[in-house]
Amino acid sequence: MTLEKLEKMAQRERERQEKFERRVFCCISTACLSAGAGRTINALQEAVDACQCKENDVEVVQTGCMGLCSRGPLVRVEDKSGEPIIYADVDIDVSQQIIAKHVPMGKLKDESVSEDVQEIREKLKKARRRKGLEQRILDTNAPFFAKQEKIVLQNVGHVDPEKLEDYLAHGGYSALGHVLQNMTPEEICDEILRSGLRGRGGAGFPTGMKWNFVRKEESSTKYVVVNGDEGDPGAYMDRTMMEDNPHQVLEGMIIAAYAVGASYGFFYIRGEYPIAVDRIRRAIRTARRNGILGKNVLGTDFNFNAAVRIGAGAFVCGEETALIHSVEGKRGMPRMRPPYPSTSGLWGKPTLINNVETMANIPPIINGGADWYSRIGTEKSNGTKVFALAGQLTNTGLIEVPMGITLREIIYDIGNDVPGDAEFKAAQTGGPSGGCIPTEHLDTPVDYENLNKLGSIMGSGGLVIIDTTTSMPEFAHFFMDFCVDESCGKCVPCRVGTVQIRTLLDKIIDGRGEPEDLNKLEALCHIVKATSLCGLGQSAPNPVLSTLRFFREEYQTLISSQEPT
Amino acid sequence: MKNSSESQANKKHFNSSDHPSGDERFKVIDRTMKRFDFEKDALLEVLHATQESFGFLSNDLLIYISSQLRVPLSQVYGVATFYHSFTFEPLGKHNCIICTGTACHVKGSATITQALSEQFEVPIGKTTEDGLFSLTTARCLGSCGLAPVAVLDGEVHGRQSPQSTISLVKDILARETEVLEQGEPG
Repeated sequence: MTLEKLEKMAQRERERQEKFERRVFCCISTACLSAGAGRTINALQEAVDACQCKENDVEVVQTGCMGLCSRGPLVRVEDKSGEPIIYADVDIDVSQQIIAKHVPMGKLKDESVSEDVQEIREKLKKARRRKGLEQRILDTNAPFFAKQEKIVLQNVGHVDPEKLEDYLAHGGYSALGHVLQNMTPEEICDEILRSGLRGRGGAGFPTGMKWNFVRKEESSTKYVVVNGDEGDPGAYMDRTMMEDNPHQVLEGMIIAAYAVGASYGFFYIRGEYPIAVDRIRRAIRTARRNGILGKNVLGTDFNFNAAVRIGAGAFVCGEETALIHSVEGKRGMPRMRPPYPSTSGLWGKPTLINNVETMANIPPIINGGADWYSRIGTEKSNGTKVFALAGQLTNTGLIEVPMGITLREIIYDIGNDVPGDAEFKAAQTGGPSGGCIPTEHLDTPVDYENLNKLGSIMGSGGLVIIDTTTSMPEFAHFFMDFCVDESCGKCVPCRVGTVQIRTLLDKIIDGRGEPEDLNKLEALCHIVKATSLCGLGQSAPNPVLSTLRFFREEYQTLISSQEPT
Repeated sequence: MKNSSESQANKKHFNSSDHPSGDERFKVIDRTMKRFDFEKDALLEVLHATQESFGFLSNDLLIYISSQLRVPLSQVYGVATFYHSFTFEPLGKHNCIICTGTACHVKGSATITQALSEQFEVPIGKTTEDGLFSLTTARCLGSCGLAPVAVLDGEVHGRQSPQSTISLVKDILARETEVLEQGEPG
């Protein structure tokens, strides 16, 4: 299919959508599904059917994450006559109230409708009189929404993730069309380089530079891999992206492939994300059917195909060399670098590996231009970052904020403070590879460099808030447990070191600690950091080191309180 | 890439007939291997398909995969044991997964696991002796907004407490004994 045909498809879909007087969007992302969104969307559809209203009066649309996962299931009503309204905690009763309020009930054309429909109509009439719907309305001017800036998630919560036409109607694949027609691979790499985009998987390597490495390799076969092995506990940005707007990730991947000269690509997706696997597979199939993937992409002479590989629950497979082994069907163990995957990756061929969020940034950058993108964020960290905000906060969910925002704004404005009597204690970023940031550093702007200075990392975007009820040595122990479990066992510092760190933590927490143990612990952490083979081991001591740095007195209290009297 | 004669030999092996045991579940494995043209690289995918079909990986299944893909058994075993998703024991009829991700952890998921383990007398990661109930944990299910999260027989339950999860499991097990009692003759 050519670009013109895609544009026609987009136009048709836009016209179809505009015909509707109102559209009711229901989030069907994992978080809302766990809160019962499956029942909600069925109830909405049933209620709409029972209304028997005019054609083009209302459409129920399944869509992705609207952000405030803690209040799910979320439903948004877009009415031509007013501002969009988001309803929270929508169960079956509330969904009937929503339809009763927004959708005019039509006259029954046919008296012989089933009893079920009659029953729902009765319920809707009652629901119309019921009070309390206003309390479910979320204030979209509240800081939770107002402080965010959506680039990657721009269309998430607006498009139906299972419908190519909907993505097209929102401008999807126009970036791909543009680069295929008007840009050389070199120009694309330069554009990405100038945009200042850095890898969103955690390490923050300049994406354009990585692309150039692979582009300059001379090889008849090159691969692109999208890293969707989001193993950090407490992080679900990549899953949301793959579930809620799979085509945007796919579009980024195809542009990357064209830019580096790859003809085949893999999505490596965590096995724990069955919905993401399903939606990406579906996106690939539809793209292939419509000439966006396969031979002669969009009628040009560029050929590219993609497939999904499913991970099997190994955190270390997020590391690029381990990931390569896993895609090749082997034990997912890392190897020494260099050679980097850009020279020798999958089956020894040059391979570009980018995180899901990095890929999802590509279409907006191409559409908006590098100059626009590089103006967002801080000097060295451009653009936005998606965070999964979780833990002890009033508002938890998925947020996208410009780089350089302070943690204070994220926690107190967007997150709306810690609930209950407890108080904020620390923000944990970067999962088991990151650290804890205490109150006194809350005004630090969030970017790669500043978080590193605080002994933490940006990581892939997990942001867990803990309150004063959590003991820090115990929290560090939790992460060390994780690392002991996930260490692949290839190199000694990580395999043995993590166990020894945990043993020392056990000793301290059990009250058998001695004063010199803290120094031993610190020294051991530095050894593991300096000598481990891959990122897992090199960053495994971070949670311990950062809690020792900011909450040392908690360790000391544990040690001194147990000394014999 | 393997040479064509080896590939043909494999195909012949496959085409010879269905699995001699007559067990339909082998078809899922065979289909997956065929889809990947018996490439050794497909080992992980084949293991996934096998576990999906059989529920767990037995030694016999590993031997079967090894001979079909022509991958040394040691390698099949090495790969299967490397990844957490693969299990070598059958799960119970009902399975409760407690999320142990960071968000669930700070909201007390460990106390839920502990309480379940004590209440139903089953070690974490194991199955009760009657084979009815397994208690397992998972590394972050990604429903952090609803922490702590438990998944009971595939259904996700958010904002759990030890009491609420115990009563959910009790309900399911109670139904099971009802069925048993009803099913007993006379």
